[in-house]
This record gives sequence, C-alpha cells and structure tokens, in this order.
Amino acid sequence: MINKIIDKEAFKAVLKDDMTIMFGGFMACGTSDVLVEAICESGIKNITAICNDAGFEDRGLGKIIKNGQVKKLYASHIGLNPLVGKMMSEGMLEVELSPQGTLVERIRCAGAGLGGVLTPTGLDTDVELGKCIIKVQGKKYLLEEPLRADLAVIRGRYVDRLGNVVYEGTARNFNPVMATAADLVVAGADEIVETGKLGQECIATPHVLVDYIVKEEI
Amino acid sequence: MKELIAKRVAKELHDGDLVNLGIGLPTLVANYIPEDIQIYLQSENGLIGLGPEPTKEEFNRNIANAGGVPVTVLKGGMFFDSAFSFALIRGGHVDVTVLGALQVDQNGNLANWIIPGKLVPGMGGAMDLVTGSKTVIIAMTHTNKGEPKILKKCTLPLTAKGQVDMIITEMGVMKITKEGIVLTEINPEYTVEDVRNATEAELIIDDGLKRMEI
Repeated sequence: MINKIIDKEAFKAVLKDDMTIMFGGFMACGTSDVLVEAICESGIKNITAICNDAGFEDRGLGKIIKNGQVKKLYASHIGLNPLVGKMMSEGMLEVELSPQGTLVERIRCAGAGLGGVLTPTGLDTDVELGKCIIKVQGKKYLLEEPLRADLAVIRGRYVDRLGNVVYEGTARNFNPVMATAADLVVAGADEIVETGKLGQECIATPHVLVDYIVKEEI
Repeated sequence: MKELIAKRVAKELHDGDLVNLGIGLPTLVANYIPEDIQIYLQSENGLIGLGPEPTKEEFNRNIANAGGVPVTVLKGGMFFDSAFSFALIRGGHVDVTVLGALQVDQNGNLANWIIPGKLVPGMGGAMDLVTGSKTVIIAMTHTNKGEPKILKKCTLPLTAKGQVDMIITEMGVMKITKEGIVLTEINPEYTVEDVRNATEAELIIDDGLKRMEI
C-alpha cells in the first residue's frame, strides 16, 4: 500500500513557482495551518491562489499573501483582510472577485468534468461583463467557467491512513469541493487514524482524491 | 436605533422560515425572534441552526459564522459544504434574507458590495442570497449621516437588479412595488415630511399608513 503520510519538508518538495493553488477554508476556519506554513517557508513565488477569502493577515491564506508570494487571487470576499485591499490598489496583487456561490460552482464544475455552470447570480451587475448569457427555458443565465488548480490544500479533523477525510463543523466549507478539482490534493490532518476507524457514512472526501497527508502541528 | 430596526425586522419572520442574516445590523435580528415561532438560521459557510455565542466550554474553533466569529449550533442543526449551502440559497430554499445596503432604489435594485476606488470588500455570498431568496429585506439606517441611501436609481455598482422586497429603517417600513416605494409604517418620532426629506426616491404613502410596530 502506498504511504500517503509525509512531513512538512516532503510537502515543500512538490511546491513550484507559478503554481495555481486552491485553499480550503472560510476565514481561515478549515484552512491547513501546517501547509500554509510550509508554503511560506518554501518561498515559492507567483502563486495564483483560489480561496473563498483572503483570510487574516496572520492566519490562513493571508499569511502567504502578506509574504508577497501571491500574484493573483480568486476569491469572493477580501474585506476582512485590509492588507489585501491595499496591495490590490497598489497593483501588487491582482484580485478577481466572484460571487461565493459562483466561485464554489466553478470549482465543482472543474472537479465534476463539466464545462461550466449557468447561474442567475450576477446578471445585470458588473459580474456579467465579458461573459456569455444563455437563455434556458425562458430564463437568462450567466455562463461561468470551470476553475482548476495544480494543487489543492485541504484540512480534515480526522484523516485515515488511506486518505479518507472527515470534517468538523463549518471547517468543511470549500474543502471537499476543492479536493475534486486539482491535480494534486494534500490534506492537513488534525488527527491521523487507522483505516477503518472512521464512520463510513461520515467520510466526506473519499481517499481516492487525496494524494498526501500531513499532520497538523497542534 | 439599530435595535429598533432589528426588532421590527424580526416581526416579518414566520414559523418555520429558513433565514439568512447578514453581518452587522441584520445579525441583531436573532435577538428579537418572537417566542411563539421557530425559525432556522442559515450561515452560508455551511450550517443551519445557528445559535448564540459560545461559552468558554462550548467554544470549538471549527464552528464559526460567515464572519469568521465562533458560534454554537442548536439542536437539530447540521453542517454542509459550500456547494450545498449555495444550492440552498440559489435554489430558492431560503425564505428570508436580511442584509444591509449602501444604496437601494425604487426599482428594488441593491448596491452593497463595492465603492469603486474606496472600498472593495467583495460580494461574498450577497449576490447569491439576494438573487435566490424568496424574500429580501434591507435593514439599515435611513441615511448615511444625512446622505440619502434610498434613491431613484442606484449610482454604485449593483449587487442585484430588482430583487429587494422591503426596506426597514429607523424611520419606517417600506415595500417595493411595481408603482414604486410605498411607505406602509412610520415611526411616530418622525413625520411623513421627515421621511420624504431623507429619501431621494419618490415615496408613495400607503392609504392605510400605520404606526411602526416595534
């Protein structure tokens, strides 16, 4: 059986400049601390980051942004991280904002092999600029295109040795969707348990999607 | 003043409603839910059954609201991922969404996510919530320090077009109709003239104008 459990140093070896990286989590709740730390330490540059928000300056994706490693950010909300707004207006960071429901559906599409999603959200607003409008059953929708990544960084409360993930509370958020939409999926695990220990109905991300597991330092 | 607005919004909720409350003033509505009804609060980051702030013992860093603030979950509550959360929202399963506004206009258009060149917080879940919820209530102060927010036409970039159903401010209750904005209730501390002066949009006064229920 393949051993998926690696340490922080081994994770750094998969990191490269110019990567597109998805970060699970919502205001840092459900974002892997150990993997964020590793990315900061690796010093890789020109990251395109996909995350619901910009986290906080000192927690979540915000740490990597503060470190100047991110070139472009796809997010739905950046208001709770003032530094990001400042970097954006100074031209140090490119930000593309999507409605939250659209952002998650774009990721879901990529992971589900679909060519896009038709949503009424954003019609008649700036969000529709440059996008295709399609009429279905008499109603107008915006075509929103899939969003994929080279790497997805997710976090589980419990991960078994095989890579099955169980989330806790609202820390689930974007994590299971992102686990379907990247070439490489690495899960930070609060606890790593023996295979067979997790309730089969509770597993929200099947092990086949997870390439590596790194223990969170808590 | 905020409490007064929140109290009045709470009266619009019905037994069994699934409700999403925005950050800030709308959050206060949860403190005034009538005791004889049960409503279910959704938080778009992935839960139904949002409860009050946790005690030290109840605190769990994996249970937060959409503002990233720790919360509790009530009996019968549950968690789900963001895709499912927005399926609930866009799919029309949320009965009422309550949120603030920078501007609202007489056609039910809402602007609340960006002030170009000044403030770019992003739309978060607001565009989906306003587009998908059955009823959209704007809960806000009537003006921005005297500057009208209820306009003939929004000047800021829109959050959604024609989706607002109702506006509740410290001055009164307004419904958006095909004819325009109808003032249905007024806070007795103000006259109709006061409300008109604080509103840029045409204000239609309801024949049965009532004292604001608080």
